[in-house]
Amino acid sequence: MSGLRYTKDHEWARLDGEVATVGITDYAQAQLGDIVFVELPEPGKAMGQGEEAAVVESVKAASEVYAPLGGEVVEVNASLQDEPALVNADPMGRGWFLKLKLSDPAAFDSLMDEASYQAYLKELA
Amino acid sequence: MTVKTADLLRTPLYDLHRKLNGKMVDFAGFELPVQYEAGILTEHRHTRSKASLFDVSHLGQVVIGGDDPARALERLVPGDLVNLGEGRMRYTMFTNDTAGILDDLMIVNRGGDWLVIINAGPRVADLAHLRAHLGADRVAYHPDRALIALQGPAAATVLARFAADCARMPYLSSATLSIAGVEAFVMRSGYTGEDGFEISLLPDRAEAVAEALLAEPEVAPAGLGARDSLRLEAGLCLYGHDLDPATTVVEAGLTWTVSKRRRAEGGYPGAEIVARQLAEGPLRRRVGLLPEGRAPVREGAEILAPDGRKIGTITSGGFGPTVEGPVAMGYVETPFAAEGTEVQALLRGRPVAARIVKPPFVATRYYKG
Repeated sequence: MSGLRYTKDHEWARLDGEVATVGITDYAQAQLGDIVFVELPEPGKAMGQGEEAAVVESVKAASEVYAPLGGEVVEVNASLQDEPALVNADPMGRGWFLKLKLSDPAAFDSLMDEASYQAYLKELA
Repeated sequence: MTVKTADLLRTPLYDLHRKLNGKMVDFAGFELPVQYEAGILTEHRHTRSKASLFDVSHLGQVVIGGDDPARALERLVPGDLVNLGEGRMRYTMFTNDTAGILDDLMIVNRGGDWLVIINAGPRVADLAHLRAHLGADRVAYHPDRALIALQGPAAATVLARFAADCARMPYLSSATLSIAGVEAFVMRSGYTGEDGFEISLLPDRAEAVAEALLAEPEVAPAGLGARDSLRLEAGLCLYGHDLDPATTVVEAGLTWTVSKRRRAEGGYPGAEIVARQLAEGPLRRRVGLLPEGRAPVREGAEILAPDGRKIGTITSGGFGPTVEGPVAMGYVETPFAAEGTEVQALLRGRPVAARIVKPPFVATRYYKG
């Protein structure tokens, strides 16, 4: 069983205990194009599912990144400040955005798994 | 919003864009690439270091015939056309009775007839305007013609391999040349701040010429995204954003396009207002802004005085790949327009410090001969 889950807004989340690491998918970074700035929340900030968690700026436009699940921000990826292009280069790895301590870790499995997300992408194509 | 691509116009280079995996978007009713596989940052930097090929066939090419086109066109624009030599071209604009800008354009004296190059957005209104004032029989629109731009420091070296005569063409001049066996009307002009050419071609040979240029090692394709970031860094206005019918020639800082004779004689729509604003100063002015930090401040953002009062609006803003930071243009009340003035821009409701600067943000490198 894969520990990765996805949203329809193209965020991914990977669960480790009750902390989920969150980023945007390869599809999302390709759609956005070259990313030049990422605005991240302050650690300690609480957010509900679907609330704005971060803003990602490409050359052309600003886009919101939403919290896949509710929780409290425990860490943000500081390296994105100097190197926002990490999101393009390695969206599922070094280009992660933030870590959320989930208010309801059991809700993690309500998100799309890999197969569902791939099927969803096919619908969009 | 979904755009039915079937309703969009296609340029003669449409098939080439598809072949090059261009990411196609709707731009003023034309289906054009915003970028290719390399992406906007790479395409932008390539233009500044080597040479890029852009499809700008959406720009309208209008030929003005009949008796003395210069005098006829001077009734519609503040630019000096009577003294524009054969083969030369000039940047000017259609104005309305309040000195607002209906479109900005390039006008070329081709000896005999004259070529007016208009923007895609206002093209229908521009054509009606020209026909109403000059007579429909003098105005010939050529929507089928292609226009490709070769821009960058290597542009002249590349184009000279096909047409040696291009290398010595002065900036803002034109010539009819043969490129890869195809007759082309070539202008030394562009919208990137770099040296370069804009090449007008019949539609059926445009792809062959574009392919020949792209086959040169220095040349890569670039889309509308890079075109926008390049022109913004070069401090060039984008119609419908930095210029519009409610913005005067003086407010926009385009009085350098109005010669001494035309200031004295007037004779174009809004001339009295231009004269008055030149004498008294406009209430607001176009300025460049350098926001602090790395976050782009975009079109529509409010500009605030240090005390928080609104003093203007950003009209173009984004990330400057050559500047490696955010750059913007906008309008502010005149007392805040001086270079070095510290203001603020509202970014997602939060004030960000910004400094007023004089565009361009990147030194222009037009050919000086």
